[in-house]
Amino acid sequence: MTTNAPHQIPPALTARAAGLVGCQSCGRVHRAGVRQCQRCGAALHSRMPGSLQKVWAWLFAGMVVYIPANIYPMLRTTSFGRTTDNTIIGGVVELINYGSIGVALIVFVASVLIPVGKFIAIGYLALVVRPGQRAGARIGRGSGLHGRQHLYEVVEFIGRWSMIDVFVVAILAALVQLDFAATISPGIAAVSFSLSVAFTMLAAQSFDPRLIWDAEEGTAP
Amino acid sequence: MNDAPASNAAPQGSTGPEPLDPEGLIACPNCDALQRDAAVPVGARARCHRCGTVLMAPRRQAMTQIVMLAVTALVLMVVAVFFPFLELSAGGMVRRSSLLDAVLAFSSGMMLPLTFATAALIIVLPTLRLASIVYALAPMALGWYPARHAVAAFRLAQALRPWAMAEIFIVGVSVALVKVAGLAKLSFGPAFWTFAALVLVTVLSDSYMCRLTVWKTLEERRRP
Repeated sequence: MTTNAPHQIPPALTARAAGLVGCQSCGRVHRAGVRQCQRCGAALHSRMPGSLQKVWAWLFAGMVVYIPANIYPMLRTTSFGRTTDNTIIGGVVELINYGSIGVALIVFVASVLIPVGKFIAIGYLALVVRPGQRAGARIGRGSGLHGRQHLYEVVEFIGRWSMIDVFVVAILAALVQLDFAATISPGIAAVSFSLSVAFTMLAAQSFDPRLIWDAEEGTAP
Repeated sequence: MNDAPASNAAPQGSTGPEPLDPEGLIACPNCDALQRDAAVPVGARARCHRCGTVLMAPRRQAMTQIVMLAVTALVLMVVAVFFPFLELSAGGMVRRSSLLDAVLAFSSGMMLPLTFATAALIIVLPTLRLASIVYALAPMALGWYPARHAVAAFRLAQALRPWAMAEIFIVGVSVALVKVAGLAKLSFGPAFWTFAALVLVTVLSDSYMCRLTVWKTLEERRRP
């Protein structure tokens, strides 16, 4: 999705200001009080109820399970009777030692940069759209909100890519079962890492992007 | 880049006691701004006048294309699941594994939930999503009325979109290949290429999909 360059926009008339409810899934407009969209059957809410509480809840859950995901082993390799445990970071270091810098970078970005960046981005968005938090003079109308909108879109798009490392573990564990020579089995961190990804995806989905634009009116509920 | 000018004219004012007529308006799903629901010509893109989100981008023969691509992807999925995916040989031992083996890798003890998750993310949910797209759109592509629960099926397809992770799995496979390179010799089975094609076809099918247009068409063609 792309946005136009920041421009002088007249204060738009929102569905809520006009006493109407817009459907978030298909865009159809209904009179206030209608519960279910007549076009697509989705539940209608002028703003998703309790959006921010849900965002915070899922976000904290995601952060909590991200800790064991980094402490405990992701991968357990047994080769000629010797067992080595690899954490997420350990796996990246090992790839660098092999000389595959590019792949090490992919794994590092997917399992460390993206999750941590997502925690920060979701937390930031949930903070700035708090009720009573007006888009003050610091944020010019339009430009700042377009930036937040972009941030939200990026977070929603990129979050699922963190699952790469879990899939890597799955494939390795399936393939490398060569009895004595080498055996790879998944570690407990694989579970907590995938939970962390799922929780933060739910956090991003609970966020109602219309709250970003409510700051323009200073009427966030 | 060719914005439809029709959607740039938002209804202004009239926030008085009389509410606006909801007919003929759409609200941007992203920012709630009201705009006139004008017909968008094929090939053009209508953007929200406030936040710039693309609201509608109808394409010629989109329904037919989406359905054909989704059916193709379904067939590819069947092949990808049952044929050998990767082949590993080290010290005279050869091990073939299919996509199902990769999924079942976690099937011991504590890892069992992860088995279900992987199976869901790379096989079950993508298949379910493709099937519900075909179910919702195929009758319309043929010029019939939508099927009985087409609306529910398309809603399911939309909800599943972030959770269908076939394309991420392909990247995971590539990383795994590099990791295992020092340990053994690896070669691709037919299912690997099938799965890669499946990812490509799914992405193509999604690029034809414009959800607001699909919803409007579903409503217009509803059985009277």
